[in-house]
Amino acid sequence: MEAEGLAIRAKDIAMSAIGWPNWRRLNQEGIVFAIAILLFAAAALGLPGFLTADNLVAIVRSVSVLGILALGMAVVIIGRGIDLSAVAIMAMSVAWYLQLLNTGTSDGLAFVYVLAGVLAIGLLNGFLVAYADVPAIFVTLATGSFVFGYVRSQLITQDAVPVPGGHWVELLGGVRFLDIPVEVFVFAGLAFLVFLFLRYTKWGRFIYFAGDNPVAARNIGVPVRPMLVLRYVLSAFVALIAGLLTAASLHSINTRIVNSTLLYDIVLVAVIGGVGLSGGRGGVRNVLVGAALIGILLNAMTIIDIPLLYQNLIKAAILLGAIIVDGIINPRDEQTAQQGDI
Amino acid sequence: MKLLRTLMAAATALAITAFAAPGFAADDPGPAAYAKALNGKRVMLVPLAMGFDLAQGWAHYLKKEVEAWGGTFETRDPNWVVDAGAQAITDAIASDTRPDVLIIHAPDLNSYSKLMKKAQAAGTYVILVDNPANFPADAFVGSDWDKLGQLEAEAAIKGCGENSSKKIGLVQGDQANSSSLYQYAGIMKVLEKHPDFQVVAKPDSNWDATTSRNVTTTMLQQHPDICSIIDFWDGDATGASAAIRDAKLDGKVFLVTTGGGEKAADCDKLEDGTYGAVVMTDLARQSGDMNAIIKFLLQSGQPAGTSHTYIYTLEKATTKADLKPDSCWDLKALQAEAAAK
Repeated sequence: MEAEGLAIRAKDIAMSAIGWPNWRRLNQEGIVFAIAILLFAAAALGLPGFLTADNLVAIVRSVSVLGILALGMAVVIIGRGIDLSAVAIMAMSVAWYLQLLNTGTSDGLAFVYVLAGVLAIGLLNGFLVAYADVPAIFVTLATGSFVFGYVRSQLITQDAVPVPGGHWVELLGGVRFLDIPVEVFVFAGLAFLVFLFLRYTKWGRFIYFAGDNPVAARNIGVPVRPMLVLRYVLSAFVALIAGLLTAASLHSINTRIVNSTLLYDIVLVAVIGGVGLSGGRGGVRNVLVGAALIGILLNAMTIIDIPLLYQNLIKAAILLGAIIVDGIINPRDEQTAQQGDI
Repeated sequence: MKLLRTLMAAATALAITAFAAPGFAADDPGPAAYAKALNGKRVMLVPLAMGFDLAQGWAHYLKKEVEAWGGTFETRDPNWVVDAGAQAITDAIASDTRPDVLIIHAPDLNSYSKLMKKAQAAGTYVILVDNPANFPADAFVGSDWDKLGQLEAEAAIKGCGENSSKKIGLVQGDQANSSSLYQYAGIMKVLEKHPDFQVVAKPDSNWDATTSRNVTTTMLQQHPDICSIIDFWDGDATGASAAIRDAKLDGKVFLVTTGGGEKAADCDKLEDGTYGAVVMTDLARQSGDMNAIIKFLLQSGQPAGTSHTYIYTLEKATTKADLKPDSCWDLKALQAEAAAK
């Protein structure tokens, strides 16, 4: 009995190590992955034009920026934090950059300013969370509002800032390899880098320790606080990349996006894929699963021409369903619950 | 008979004016009455946000005129947040410096109705601009969105031509904003008269350019032979145009949209072929209408909420062919003018 149990456990571990969902103990990621596959199959059979190369590329592209932001968010969440300033940093850094270019600042200097600004906000987030011990949710909510308010009122004159004609950001938006837009490659590349970071670097592994139990991690000598700062800086730079890609595609950036539901969608993509909000759980694969579900869902609903109101309802119902099923299959009890669980 | 009487009355009036004018020129009661009614009055504009071309244009023209007749002009910036707008209106009504005229850009049909009623009860005239609402304001100044939709549909049909696929795609705003709902109704009215044209898809953009790009990409993949797309606002039509560009269908899909007639947002994009036609609001004239109705209401002596006037702005679908140097107004020039002061 004992040996058999161990063998099953070993097989489970081996299978999950190669990226195979663990059906024996179906978790939220598995459920969402299954829903995504079902939806994909149903759409492929039922919707004309769904299963074409162009449409599949369009699906991945439509969630690329969202997915990139979710990668940054996942790294922060795994370390038991959250970054609510991501969308503000994404939109406002690029809006400021474009405004500087439009008013005649040289490209190099403008970019240095913006990099410095993004670094400063990342550091501010990190220091306040790590060293002032203010909860991340309040710090980043405040810095997000600050970044939006300051840039919007002091540095730019309009909600929408256009990319100057012929600038590299505009050219970036037209870059294609094999007819696939550049943001898909950036998403894939970043996903791979974050995967390598989380899985194979010492600091990547430490993030899980710190997220799972910060006090214990600190006691065994993990530099918990500097790592916290690093995560918020990383998240800020990921947001800048996402903003540049958005501007590249639309030839302008509209700061109104800060008021949209994008921030919730980012958290949704990470959490629906199974990155636990309580920290220490999840990885790049979870983000990819979450992004796949959202991408397939939105694309199918657009093809069927479902009005936006119903789209939000369906999206919310699927999320609720996944959470409920997860709650039934993996009930929370004293052993699984962690301190600081949201 | 009636005509004759009118003519005679007019002739009499003319004769009296001509006869009496020289003697009373020095005592024209107009300027004094005008100054008495208007001096020191407060006008407040609460748009959806101050950060976009329409609001900045209105504010420019209103401020110039209101300050010229000795009034005070203020704006509030809810920055697209409905609650913040409601708070701004509530504060304005309750403050010691309650505005005499409140110009409101309503986010939807119902949100501000109670507040506007309160404002009128307190004695403030309420003017709705651009977006209609379920409320009998003292005046509505803005587009007849139904008519605007009809103009867009006609432009799209013309842009497609007789020998096209006759397939049209819509990128709507949302399902709550009156400008989106009425625009849709107007478009469908025209298309009913042209049964050979059909709407193949009508997703919402939620006024967001990225969403507009994604839904347009899908639409073009499903129906690559679409001949025209109508996007409900130039603020997000940049997304639809990006999707057309990415699908390498520039010049094949006639993109129609609507906007405030700002140079960079509309005319430049007609010029470079991004947009096929734009139904543009004549912003200077619309602001002029607001100025006129403000002056009328303040002199009328009638209590707020007495009369209900609709002043629709003349709209026109502009294409590259009929672009003129004065088709658009230039936000940059207005900002430079304001900065120079």
